[in-house]
Amino acid sequence: MNTSIDKHFFFAKYGISEHDLEKYLAAALSAGGDYADLYFEYLSSTSLSLDESMVKSASQGISAGCGVRVVTGERTGYAYTDDLAPEKILRAARTAALIASGPAKTPVVSLKEHLRPSLYPVADAAADAELSEKVKLVFRADKAARAYDPRVKEVRASYADELRRILIIGSDGTYAEDVQPLSRMSVFVIARDGQVSAKGSSGGGGRHKFEIFLTEKTPEHFATEAARQAILQLNAVACPAGEMEVVLGPGWPGVLLHEAIGHGLEADFNRKKTSAFSGLLGKRVASEKCTVVDNGTLNERRGSLNVDDEGNATNNTMLIEKGILKGYMADKLSAQLMGLPNTGNGRRESYEHIPMPRMTNTYMLAGDDAPEDIIRSVKRGLYAVNFGGGQVDITNGKFVFAASEAYLIEDGKITAPVKDATLIGNGPDVLTRVSMVGSDLQLDEGIGTCGKDGQSVPVGVGIPTLKIDRMTVGGTGSAE
Amino acid sequence: MATTIASTDVNLRELAQGAVKRALELGASAAEAVASEGSEFSTVVRLGEVETLKESGSRAMGVRVFVGAHTANTSTSDLSHEGVEQLVRGAIELARITSEDPVAGLPAPEQLGQLAGELGLYYDDVYSLPAEDRIDRARRAEKAALAVDPRLTNSEGGTFDASIGRKVLANSLGFVGEYRSSYSSISAVPIASDEHGNMQRDYWYSVARTISKLESPEEVGRIAAERTLRRLGARKIKTQRVPIVFDRQAAGALLDHIFDAVNGDAIYRHASFLAGRLGQKVFGSNLTVIDDGTIPGGFGTRPFDGEGVPTRRTTVIEGGELKSYLMNTYTARKLGLATTGNASRGLAGTPGIGNGNFFLQPGEKSPEEIIRGIKQGLLVTEFLGFGVNLVTGDFSRGASGQWIENGEIAYPVEEITVAGNLREMFSNLAEIGSDLIWRGSIACPTLRIEGMTVAGE
Repeated sequence: MNTSIDKHFFFAKYGISEHDLEKYLAAALSAGGDYADLYFEYLSSTSLSLDESMVKSASQGISAGCGVRVVTGERTGYAYTDDLAPEKILRAARTAALIASGPAKTPVVSLKEHLRPSLYPVADAAADAELSEKVKLVFRADKAARAYDPRVKEVRASYADELRRILIIGSDGTYAEDVQPLSRMSVFVIARDGQVSAKGSSGGGGRHKFEIFLTEKTPEHFATEAARQAILQLNAVACPAGEMEVVLGPGWPGVLLHEAIGHGLEADFNRKKTSAFSGLLGKRVASEKCTVVDNGTLNERRGSLNVDDEGNATNNTMLIEKGILKGYMADKLSAQLMGLPNTGNGRRESYEHIPMPRMTNTYMLAGDDAPEDIIRSVKRGLYAVNFGGGQVDITNGKFVFAASEAYLIEDGKITAPVKDATLIGNGPDVLTRVSMVGSDLQLDEGIGTCGKDGQSVPVGVGIPTLKIDRMTVGGTGSAE
Repeated sequence: MATTIASTDVNLRELAQGAVKRALELGASAAEAVASEGSEFSTVVRLGEVETLKESGSRAMGVRVFVGAHTANTSTSDLSHEGVEQLVRGAIELARITSEDPVAGLPAPEQLGQLAGELGLYYDDVYSLPAEDRIDRARRAEKAALAVDPRLTNSEGGTFDASIGRKVLANSLGFVGEYRSSYSSISAVPIASDEHGNMQRDYWYSVARTISKLESPEEVGRIAAERTLRRLGARKIKTQRVPIVFDRQAAGALLDHIFDAVNGDAIYRHASFLAGRLGQKVFGSNLTVIDDGTIPGGFGTRPFDGEGVPTRRTTVIEGGELKSYLMNTYTARKLGLATTGNASRGLAGTPGIGNGNFFLQPGEKSPEEIIRGIKQGLLVTEFLGFGVNLVTGDFSRGASGQWIENGEIAYPVEEITVAGNLREMFSNLAEIGSDLIWRGSIACPTLRIEGMTVAGE
């Protein structure tokens, strides 16, 4: 296993022993409770940003701490400390214990290792590449974006990487350690032509070696893409408003799936019956062309994890199969309370946060339609290929997102680029209107970050080209 | 009960000053350190039962060093002697790989300083409230919400949160300042179902620096319930152009975009539709926008900004004319102007730009009067999604609210978008309400805007 280089990191660095862990968990369960766990985290991060052709600043940070959780029934007590001295962890454990009120319980602590997958290479960040190599990336991006077109006036490029080490010990014998690398590049461009300005952005990365930025995901690749979008937008026309046919391009537009469907299938909302998808297991929620999975086990993807933040292996979970709702994404608490399988979707932003069900890489499987045929079938509609952010109201299912690159489709042909289109719809409804699914599944380039209850985690999304028969498009152009 | 910050064994002020001194010893030409500590408590009560209790304390420090014209930053939560040494050494090493940027640097010595006098930012009562009382407030807020109507059948809970913090800033020009702050808040998030099982959720909250200024849990719960109930039975509407009224919450979100557009960082990069417009009449004569970091007790009040410059009152837009951008030292130098004391500084990274208490000067009419004056139109109460292009000012966001018919609220509306251009929108303020109420550091009264497109069916 690759992770062996960092095995027992916390034991070595902080002198933690098995006996200490038993003591902490015993304190956590000193007032009873069904379950307790400790989450140790040590995160080191580096970032560089280029702006006006200068690397104006570079940052490095170290954040370490331990979160203690005590669960009793549906109740959770949580406390954390950023000081890993034994007395501080004990104090956090005693604070978290206040959630329960009963006789003390004895935890079962086991340091027996389970065989884990190894989905990503782990190298010591410093050994992986010199800082000077990382600096070169952002300069290359700057050069490539400016070379694309003289109308490119502003370029910002950034590179960031992190290495997260985690150790999870649960009172039920859970024991997991993982080392999770994550890196990304991003490029933002503003183009100007007379009085008209437009922007473009691109980026990507994942849990891989630095080398990938020199081979596949090069700075030129991202810079050219950002510049292309900005130049294109210079000539964009106002987006027509109203209901129309919408074709989503492959890859990142899968963010629609994430917002419209994914969040509503997180088990916590369904346990509390606050999701528009509550009680729909086994029911039709999409057209039969739609099969959707959440898969945390893909090699080197941004949303992948060997183990989730509760120490469970991640899975390839079937969410919707041929239109029928098959499963929810669960963490320990939801699985226990709902009698569902634990799908290894318990994630948290950091030791300061309580884990909850979250997505990993969520995507729709490829269908049979040729992407060209999909476009050809549209008389008048919108072809959306890139998106900014999206948002969903889980309870009523309404979702919104903004297309950063979109075109009109007229009589089966892609015509003028439009600016600032917004798509709005209803989660339980939108997939029932999918009438064509392309054969061209793509996952995004590795730039997605999902926010829920104030916690951000890296995720992946993907779709093949999709046709949605009717959707509301917002824009400033006149309606027909 | 976790101890509060008063009991900490590390003196933040000495820590920050020590890091600055050490940076100079190691070869930095200038340095700045920011150290902070805080304690937080939060509780969620759902359907009458405590769902989560969270309590914690944390401390961390960040440094920014200048080696000649090279800049770098580091941050750490390890405040041991070795941790701080590594922090400072790391920053100086990192500065070797950054470009020379002659504009970078600390503020000029004469710009440094802090407001004198009591600013009312910290109250002991926020954290000294016993745990049972905190839980009780969360419970009461939820209970009050669910008691309003039998259609309120579920809930995401009632909450009570409290936090206190201390922040110290020191730099190599001899500035050192510190302040404490406190917050407490109560919220309720009820869920209502109609006869078809369609659910709607909404929320309400109260936030204050002292418990004594918090609205009662019962009041918070009641308003949350009303906001949720009024969404039941929401419909889509036809795509059309109608007058739109934005309530305080929605108008505040619009004003937030104006803050982003006058942010000096976006200006010097020409990434804002207001770049190059200083001194021009960009908006309608009835628009005046002010940023004031000095209002006692304000949520955007601080004695000094993230670089040690005193906060102040800045008129941003007056009678439609763009009077000032909001800047930190770096962006001001880029623009050939002086900092407005709007540097914001977390522990990591370079200083950004933050607002003080940022508000739109209120008008005369009550929200009810504004609504009464509309024959057919839309009241927007919430936005969904992020469709704003600051470069062009183009605006297109998902929205929900109420349809207005003959001056009366007729029925709820959802699954629509509203679109326009920020410059045009703020030039077409047909009415400005009198209802300026501070619920955060950005406040805007009710607005009526003409000429926007509503997209629906």
